[in-house]
Amino acid sequence: MLVLSGVAIIALGFLLRFNPLLVIVVAALVTGLAAGLDPLAVLARFGHAFNETRYVTAIYMVLPVIGLLERAGLQARARSLVAGLKGLTAGRFLTGYLLFRQLSAALGLTAIAGPAQTVRPLVAPMAEAAADVQDRGDAERVRALAAATDNVGLFFGEDIFIAIGSILLMKGVLDGYGIHIEPFHLSVWAIPTAIAAFLIHGFRLWRLDRRRARAAR
Amino acid sequence: MIGIGFVYCVAGSFFATCAILGLADRRWANTLFHGLLATSFFAGDRIGDLSNGVLVLALVAIATSGRMRRGETAEAAAPHGPLLALALVIPAVALGGTFLFKQMPALVDSRQATLIALATGVLLALALCWAVLRRTPLEGVRAGRRLLDEIGWAAVMPQLLASLGAVFALAGVGEVVGGLVGQAIPAGSVLGAAIAYGLGMALFTIVMGNAFAAFPVMAAAVGIPLLVRQYGGDPAPVAAIGMLAGFCGTLLTPMAANFNIVPAALLELEDRYGVIRAQVATALPLLLFNILLLWWVVR
Repeated sequence: MLVLSGVAIIALGFLLRFNPLLVIVVAALVTGLAAGLDPLAVLARFGHAFNETRYVTAIYMVLPVIGLLERAGLQARARSLVAGLKGLTAGRFLTGYLLFRQLSAALGLTAIAGPAQTVRPLVAPMAEAAADVQDRGDAERVRALAAATDNVGLFFGEDIFIAIGSILLMKGVLDGYGIHIEPFHLSVWAIPTAIAAFLIHGFRLWRLDRRRARAAR
Repeated sequence: MIGIGFVYCVAGSFFATCAILGLADRRWANTLFHGLLATSFFAGDRIGDLSNGVLVLALVAIATSGRMRRGETAEAAAPHGPLLALALVIPAVALGGTFLFKQMPALVDSRQATLIALATGVLLALALCWAVLRRTPLEGVRAGRRLLDEIGWAAVMPQLLASLGAVFALAGVGEVVGGLVGQAIPAGSVLGAAIAYGLGMALFTIVMGNAFAAFPVMAAAVGIPLLVRQYGGDPAPVAAIGMLAGFCGTLLTPMAANFNIVPAALLELEDRYGVIRAQVATALPLLLFNILLLWWVVR
């Protein structure tokens, strides 16, 4: 039971809005101590894990390209491309992106899009242009929805691909119980939820358009 | 053979150049932060576990000091040149390279094909920008550093959370949570077990920030012993839908920083939790759908 103190620290730390990095390190230390490890062993274990997970942070290497293209006017170009299309609303545009993201993730192409690669330079400015945003708060909501759409599309598309990490993890865990299942069988069962995700999020995007159309009138 | 080391070299060079540029601007805290990151990327495998741990503590100390400065705003030029085509270079190379590199196992580490393709795409895009737009890679790093400063210390949060997961696993946090959930289920109720399993996946994912950490725990506590063995459910949908219930939790938690917190910083939202707020109304109905689907499959 004592090892749950780390979980409590995480919950409290986020709630009280301490610096999240500090909260994480303190939680790790307390959890390790509660499990009977000495502080230096916890620190070494944490350092080892940090070193092994550098690939998570490596994605920022795309920032020079994105930054450079933005200085050259990429966002304005993306906006003008969308503004020229009559009848393209933010909801319709984001629904199209949702479908693209789900289908490409289902084919295993998870790295071709993402917050840094596509949302900031292309999808967010295009959605803003399609929504014809009026003020900063309005723009902020549309941008947040663009990032949300990217996540929903990725999460509820990728599990249809048979060689993705989560499918392999499930297969490994089930193997441990003597239950042997083909990855294909697992990925088929990701399809109903993928369709439900498209319908639910698509419905929200459709309502966004309706709300905006009514407000404009 | 080209491996993950090449990727770390590309990323490390970016962080190192940011640190040097920060020196010139007298942004000391930012310089130190980026310099430590570069050290980790270039020398992380050589300095040992304890030194890596100390490096993390130093990163956290800088982040907590509140001395890291945000990026200065820069004006964008009037658009000229094939900007959209250039923006598609990275996704296209990531896509093509992933397929290509998997065919060349002698030359490229095929397990890391996507990341290596991504790094190749970055270098190619920078070269093309130089050739076509006459903007040098150094200008690129300057512009990229502004974006990195905009993200600030949140940039290393996903990596720290992944490391916390390793400590949780070492301490056996999962087993304790699984035991608690297992005790909370009313006996003989398929719906009760489906709710405990689906909701447990989502809640544990919210705490851990990662459905991967939650799955082995909830499978051991509820999925395998109750839904599969006792009620005779097909293990494939029990596993797959359980994982997707966990993904609904990922949409709701600041602990999944790379999906929820970093994008908010990258899009320069005022509200750090803006992306999560935009996801709640999708995640909750979808979680309900997953639990009902589980119940329907097992029953």
